[in-house]
Amino acid sequence: MTSSSVASPVAGRPWRKRPFIVNARLRWSLYLGSLLYLVLAISSVSVNWSRVWEGLDRGWRFVEGFLVPDFASRWGDIVIGMQESLTMTLTSTVVGILISVPIGIGAARNIAPAPVYAVCRSIIALSRSFQEIIVAILFVAMFGFGPLAGFLTLSFATIGFLSKLLAEDIEDIDEAQAEAVRATGGGWWQIVNYAIQPQVMPRLIGLSLYRLDINFRESAVIGIVGAGGIGATLNTAIDRYEYDTAGAILIIIILIVMVSEYSSGYVRKWVQ
Amino acid sequence: MLRVENLRKRYRTGDEALKNVSFSVPAGEVVGLIGPSGAGKSTLIRCINRLVEPTDGNVFLNDLNVTRLGRNDLKQARRRIGMIFQEYALVERLSVMENVLSGRLGYVSFWQSFTRRFPQADIDKAFALLDRVGLTDHADKRADALSGGQRQRVGIARALEQDPELLLVDEPTASLDPKTSRQIMRLICEICAERNLPAIINIHDVVLAQSFVDRIIGLRAGEVVFDGAPDALTEDVLSRIYGEEDWAVLRRQHDSDESDDAADPKKPVEERLVELV
Repeated sequence: MTSSSVASPVAGRPWRKRPFIVNARLRWSLYLGSLLYLVLAISSVSVNWSRVWEGLDRGWRFVEGFLVPDFASRWGDIVIGMQESLTMTLTSTVVGILISVPIGIGAARNIAPAPVYAVCRSIIALSRSFQEIIVAILFVAMFGFGPLAGFLTLSFATIGFLSKLLAEDIEDIDEAQAEAVRATGGGWWQIVNYAIQPQVMPRLIGLSLYRLDINFRESAVIGIVGAGGIGATLNTAIDRYEYDTAGAILIIIILIVMVSEYSSGYVRKWVQ
Repeated sequence: MLRVENLRKRYRTGDEALKNVSFSVPAGEVVGLIGPSGAGKSTLIRCINRLVEPTDGNVFLNDLNVTRLGRNDLKQARRRIGMIFQEYALVERLSVMENVLSGRLGYVSFWQSFTRRFPQADIDKAFALLDRVGLTDHADKRADALSGGQRQRVGIARALEQDPELLLVDEPTASLDPKTSRQIMRLICEICAERNLPAIINIHDVVLAQSFVDRIIGLRAGEVVFDGAPDALTEDVLSRIYGEEDWAVLRRQHDSDESDDAADPKKPVEERLVELV
């Protein structure tokens, strides 16, 4: 091993990274098949070009409204809608987190007994299988128009999101730390509190802030189907062709999302 | 006093990690457990506090048969067995003090541990131990702010906080540099001598084991193939444990290491502890 041997008997032997699909015929037929499907799928979308042309005009009026937003004429409605949305967002996030944490712990395979795991995973699956708007329509039908339906919708959606990600984070913990706490004779709750909570807390806080963000944006969407909040105000404005007011509402939403994005990034860095 | 009788462990995959292992460790004796990777060293010490459930056999801690205990009794028994880990296994986002106090978890209620209101006696003990391992000033630092050697000393303090009757030590020096490794081994052995604690130390470094422990058990493919004094580890024996290799190199290294270390034991304890910080 004193000097590098230059004249290796296999010098000049080529090397290439092995393709992911080793069988060349299979690989190429998969590529061609996907391409063919893509072409067929795109060509099957029927486009009414004259309608698109008309729509451009309407779209442009919307953009114009955006460029000259009118905060003043519907200011009262905007404030009420915003208040409803922010209340809905905060309450549903808090309630959602409170319910998600136990479900998330129960849905982590490495610490939960099998029956608890099955129950918690089904709750998550149920919550995740329905999009917010569908849930909102259901709750509006059950509890009438207004922010209560919105609050319930967002809480329900938060459970699916947060429990699943928390459970996955718990499953990814460093087992050695939990083993060490178990070896001291600590009980299950103590292991959760001493070995698991410190490992998942920063991510849980980050996810909660992220969910707060999502819930605010969703509150604007579900308002359109009658679940109250700024979405209802926005919907009314668009229905009345008041694109300048709609533009004002969208600008406020964008600003709030930006503020929450910036502050949650700061908090996330701080809790690491 | 620890007594292991006919311990067997077969994993669900069908691998037989331990085949009929028996030995006993009297109070105050430090046993080095050596053997190639996969010989079952980790499984063996984890079967003693049942972090791994043994398939068959008995483990007696003094007169208590650990293998026959129910869940709650097992927790009580684990309090009496301190464990020190490879890669330290500290809870990294907790403070040094919380890590040391976690050695008392088996003794306090969930509420006490949740609010971190430990009995004053436990806190006193924790400070005394941090002092013993030379980390008093680091009590409120987060565990991940410490160096490798410091972390392992927190691990030692956590194990001792339990007031253990037995120490299980799994590769304590695997991620430490040679000098820190010797310091950690010396600290463990000194503490065992002070408290008359029996200990089992899994260790890959044969030379390091030979220079510190009282007795060596060699494990190969789940069977004890050697059990005796460190001096009795001849090249034949090493070949029996690990397979054929040129052991003479190891021997020479060992000899020069010995002379290096010869001055050390003469230093007063305080001075050596200063070195540790």
